[in-house]
Amino acid sequence: MQPSAKYLYYPGCSLKGTGIAYEESLLTTLRLLEVAVTELPDWNCCGATSYMSVSETSAALLATRNLALAQQAGMKDVLAPCNACYLTLRKSQELVAHYPEMAQEVERFLEQAGLPQLDSVRVRHPLEMLYTDIGVQRLRELTVRRLQGVRMASYYGCQAVRPYSEVDDPHEPTRMDEILRAVGVEPIDYTLKTKCCGGSLTGTIHEVGVRLNYILLKEALRKGAQAIVTICPLCQFNLDAYQAEIRKQTGEPIDMPVLYLTQVVGWALGGGFRELGLHRAISGKKLIEQWFTVKKEAETYV
Amino acid sequence: MSEPKNGEVRIGVYVCHCGANIADTVDVKAVAEYAASLPGVVVARDYKYMCSDPGQELIQEDIHNLSLNRVVVAACSPSLHENTFRGAAERAGLNPFFVQMVNIREHDSWVHSDREAATEKAKDLVRAAVRRVYFHKPLEKRRVPIHSEVLVVGGGIAGIHAALTVANSGKRVYLVEREPTIGGHMAQYDKTFPTLDCAACILTPKMSAVKAHPNITLWTYSEVVSVDGSVGDYKVVVKRKPRYVREDLCIGCLQCIDACVFKEAKFDDEFNLGLSKRKPIYIPFPQATPKVVVIDPEACIQLRTGKCKKTCLEACAERGAIDFEQQEIYEEIHVGSIIIATGYQTFDPRRLPQYGYGKYPNVYTTLEVERLVNASGPTGGQVITRDGRVPKSVGFILCVGSRDERTNRWCSRVCCMTSLKLAHLVKEHTGAEVFIFYIDMRAAGKGYEEFYQRVLNEGVHFVRGRVAEITDWAMDPSEEGKLVARVEDTNTGFVRRIPLDMVVLAVGIEPQSDALNVQRLFGIGCSMDGFFLEKHPKLAPAPTYTDGIFIAGVCQGPKDIPDSVMQAGYAAAEAIALADTGYFELEPNTAYIIEEECSGCKTCIPLCPYQAITFNEEKGKASINEVLCKGCGTCVAACPSGSIKQNLFEDEEIFSEIEGVLAYA
Repeated sequence: MQPSAKYLYYPGCSLKGTGIAYEESLLTTLRLLEVAVTELPDWNCCGATSYMSVSETSAALLATRNLALAQQAGMKDVLAPCNACYLTLRKSQELVAHYPEMAQEVERFLEQAGLPQLDSVRVRHPLEMLYTDIGVQRLRELTVRRLQGVRMASYYGCQAVRPYSEVDDPHEPTRMDEILRAVGVEPIDYTLKTKCCGGSLTGTIHEVGVRLNYILLKEALRKGAQAIVTICPLCQFNLDAYQAEIRKQTGEPIDMPVLYLTQVVGWALGGGFRELGLHRAISGKKLIEQWFTVKKEAETYV
Repeated sequence: MSEPKNGEVRIGVYVCHCGANIADTVDVKAVAEYAASLPGVVVARDYKYMCSDPGQELIQEDIHNLSLNRVVVAACSPSLHENTFRGAAERAGLNPFFVQMVNIREHDSWVHSDREAATEKAKDLVRAAVRRVYFHKPLEKRRVPIHSEVLVVGGGIAGIHAALTVANSGKRVYLVEREPTIGGHMAQYDKTFPTLDCAACILTPKMSAVKAHPNITLWTYSEVVSVDGSVGDYKVVVKRKPRYVREDLCIGCLQCIDACVFKEAKFDDEFNLGLSKRKPIYIPFPQATPKVVVIDPEACIQLRTGKCKKTCLEACAERGAIDFEQQEIYEEIHVGSIIIATGYQTFDPRRLPQYGYGKYPNVYTTLEVERLVNASGPTGGQVITRDGRVPKSVGFILCVGSRDERTNRWCSRVCCMTSLKLAHLVKEHTGAEVFIFYIDMRAAGKGYEEFYQRVLNEGVHFVRGRVAEITDWAMDPSEEGKLVARVEDTNTGFVRRIPLDMVVLAVGIEPQSDALNVQRLFGIGCSMDGFFLEKHPKLAPAPTYTDGIFIAGVCQGPKDIPDSVMQAGYAAAEAIALADTGYFELEPNTAYIIEEECSGCKTCIPLCPYQAITFNEEKGKASINEVLCKGCGTCVAACPSGSIKQNLFEDEEIFSEIEGVLAYA
């Protein structure tokens, strides 16, 4: 463990699998911001979606183990980039804080596992960290490349701002827009910012999940967005992976890059194409290459 | 127990049954028998209704026949009947402050079910009172004379009605309004519910009557800046802002407005809520009272830079009413009582961004739509959207900023009826399909439910459910170019998307943003929600805790026009009664200072909520104005040297009472 690390990074399963580009771009961005970060040792599943709906207690036990590990490591801030991880960890904290039976169960479990009791660990989302700890002004100052004239729709997904409001305002989230504007991107007025992407429905009731994706993509297109920017690996995957299928079904000419916020910010700060995981995109490849390939003479330094 | 200075103490104790209210839970006979055994008690009786005439006579006879000089009544709350029993004692020749009440109803029988325990508690409370009343002293009520003039603050319908009522009784009235005209919010309405009277037609005659009344001094564009004194003799300073037009010369011909160097109206028209523009020199609306133009110093070139052609001055050359040199004037007046009717502001729906107000141009507030449907409004009575279309579908969202933990908790009381009225008017003007999204429909008022039925029969759609959001996101071609209300229809159990051309937010009512300043200025209280606090929610809803200051209209809490008028009439009646009595009787339970013991530390001065304590620099001692003192006891408790005492709450009285409660016999 680096003694200087400021945040403890909890990747969750997505950032090591389908969402690896999120991990790559997040770590690159943090490096460029000179923010020291270290990965939570021996982390386990956060207990998201299916666990939470089948057994709330089991899910909370899984989540609190991670928090107790962070506590043991002597860290205050746990960075949980995946919206589902973020929500599950936060929700578990709330369950322990407000439901004595749950608190007892968790205490017993942590004791058996030889872990410390929960105290003051804070669960943080990278968006909130970028906005409150780094600040829009600093991001603007550190920007070396601007995607001038590119219009993007900032998309939060359903979990990041609800029910907890630390990440952004639940009704009218604007922080992502402010960050995008700071690094030179033009955010569009995207009303569907916090609507569901379909989540795991794309795997279970496929046509319902794909329909929800279609609505999000179509509205972004209608409002003139050229790309969607997300902060959730499942949202990114859903919106990115089914565009070919949607094209075939609807005949709409949708081929839109679905980027992580950290990819856009990382690029603005001077990150490289591959180290930001931009080569992993499925949809909108042409635009991605056009925007993010460094051409010596064409590159605009600020 | 030490002997009181005024001879032998002879106490009578009277235990009331209050029908079954007390007697069912408390063994009143046992309490009376017990009371008879206490030291100093000469007689103890129980009676079915102590407050009745025979009950009171019982006490009076005992005072005569048994030479009682103290009376303890164990009955209901003193706020209900203390005056009754004090009056009985007084009639029998006893100083009324030798009476002490014990509340064995609200504090005992109503809140307990164990008869034996409740009886024991009643005995404890009676014992405490018997010990306390032993030390009571005779006190005298003081009277202060009352000036007959009345100040009315706020020229909306409540202020107008109060001013006219007081003036008609022959008293002199000062009506102070901070806007350039009286009329308030009611002047902005098109029609009133449920009768669909033209609001202006019923309001403007009253406005003219105010202007014409020989007993009313009307000061518009003016504000109260300081209030001193107390009931009967308030000294009030009113600031009259310069309108740069002389009220005594202007005849309201409006030629100056035509002549203004601004050929086009350019500035947001406050009266039309920014839906139309006005010039720097303007009149708020055609029937404004007084009918005198006003110049906006922020917009007028002459007032801003001094470099204008002053075409308005030329136009008015004959009368010479325009005066760019006009200054603020301060007027001092003396009044006996004050009626505050400062009104309200509507909720700013930008605080609920999900409804898109300020973001989507076709989202309106109810007040804005009032102006749209009004024939003298910004569109000449045409209901058209900001992009100039006649709406084919209009949705009203109720409870915007009302009945919501996140904004204002209270029901604003008029939004349901306002929306029903506007739904009817919009339908009449446009033939549009109208939706009302509601949580409850509240139509409690004379003729209100019938009006609701009428609008139902007109084919307005009522959807029960709180709208989640207004969005411009179109899911299918029928929604393109429209606003979409996403709402859970709780009657059918489905989430619906309803495309609309115009959305109207029935915005709630909240206190004026500067209500706290007004509250401090006049030394009155605010309830939790920020509206001014009445003395009693049921029995004194216009007086405040500050004697001689009354409240009326929505500044006291949301209400519609009839209720505002009724309360204004009531406040006026109180002010008239006060003036006609000629004096005000002060409760003697005030604090007083034993001057030789006061160290002059000034601890008490900032603590007094009624600004009743001042510092006498000459003597180096604090001094209490008994007229202002409300007997709250804060200074008494805080005084480090114990030199402040309070009538009826002397140390020996309180300590004996405590000992009495604690002493198990």
